[in-house]
Amino acid sequence: MLAIIDYGSGNMRSIERAVRHVGADYQITIDPAVIATADGIVLPGVGAARDTMTGLLSRDLTGPVREAIASGRPFLGVCMGLQALFTDSEEDGGTDCLDLYPGTIRRFPDGLHIPHMGWNQVTPRRDVPILEGIAPGTNFYFVHSYCAGPADADFCGASTEYGVEFLSVLHDGNIFGTQFHPEKSGRPGLRIYANFARLCGESVDPDAV
Amino acid sequence: MLTRRIIPCLDVKNGRNVRGVRFSADRDAGDPVELAAYYNQSGADELVFYDITASAEHRDIMRGLLEQVADQVFIPLTVGGGIRNPDDMFQMLRAGADKVSLNTATVENPEIIREGANRFGSQCIVHSIDAQRVAEGSDRWEVWTHGGRVNTGLDAIAWAVRGVELGAGEIVMNSIDADGTRDGYDLDLLRAVSRSVPVPVVASGGAGTLEHLAEALSEGEAHAVLAASIFHYKDFTVDDAKEYLAEKGIPVRKDF
Repeated sequence: MLAIIDYGSGNMRSIERAVRHVGADYQITIDPAVIATADGIVLPGVGAARDTMTGLLSRDLTGPVREAIASGRPFLGVCMGLQALFTDSEEDGGTDCLDLYPGTIRRFPDGLHIPHMGWNQVTPRRDVPILEGIAPGTNFYFVHSYCAGPADADFCGASTEYGVEFLSVLHDGNIFGTQFHPEKSGRPGLRIYANFARLCGESVDPDAV
Repeated sequence: MLTRRIIPCLDVKNGRNVRGVRFSADRDAGDPVELAAYYNQSGADELVFYDITASAEHRDIMRGLLEQVADQVFIPLTVGGGIRNPDDMFQMLRAGADKVSLNTATVENPEIIREGANRFGSQCIVHSIDAQRVAEGSDRWEVWTHGGRVNTGLDAIAWAVRGVELGAGEIVMNSIDADGTRDGYDLDLLRAVSRSVPVPVVASGGAGTLEHLAEALSEGEAHAVLAASIFHYKDFTVDDAKEYLAEKGIPVRKDF
């Protein structure tokens, strides 16, 4: 069973639809006991850094998220759910994040149209289990104004270029994060949820992707 | 490299898709849920649903429609038409929309953009503008509301800039002069707005050929093109459009 953490994030329902579509068993929850026993955890996220951290803190979810990651069970953070794992973010005048991975989330450089909105290529830097079966350079849907780096960090699973080369997939053992929205990235995105569900020991619908 | 987006627009009336010609004609162009699935398979990068009836009762129909589409189509969905306050936005986002498109409501109450951006994030707030050139040869366009019936006298470019200041994450610039003509987008208008705002600009109104799409993205400097009738009647598929744009050296997503 996958636990999809519900802390008021706008893309939670889209993620639910994608997980349901690939046929995985899931539960939407803020219950620490459910998060602690789930086979895998999905942390949604969209919008601003401060709202994301406030959403987690106000529901006492930062502890369960830290414990989930420390447990070594598969974990997937999406968009702000990825950014929240870093030390801090420049957004909203500076926002402290969970500090599980070193680095500051920075705004894209001036002169670019921001947000970085649309489909862009994701280039793996090594074998990443959630990208299995997906061709290098496949397009995924992004919408964000701040990004993680550096792209050569040892936890960078894949990178993408928009004015700068940034980390678009985090990969550290069983811990994953995507800066893009797999739930809005058509078939390749559904494949990411199917791959993730399989890592969690779920059987998935082979016709779904 | 960030690809340019092709966005089919489904004008929805009474839960059925219809085509808009200069905001009037009502030829039925098929079931919106079916069309959405078809567009998804043929490579659409996003979809826009525009409720041209936009009354309270039709909002329920629209919500049901969005839920059906979102269950089977996994690309970004935008909904517009009759959205007047953050609660309307919330309902649409909860039904499955990723973005809401605001038009007339922003003129009546510009703060709606800020309220929406604060509550849901700038990435979901699309500032949609219907603009008409004040006279042939002029480089001033004015903002019209209520489906192109009311001239506000506002300068369209300044209004786009204001929308972004208030928190809009994207501009849709629709040319009333070009809308429904199939004679091509208003490239001067597109270029003027693309050079004035820091957010992505979506071209709307006037697409009749694949060349028109290419012009909007190159000469018009738009980041995306919205088109309705050229795709609905299957004159061209989205895939055809992408092949054409790729040949012209415009980056598009073809791995769908």
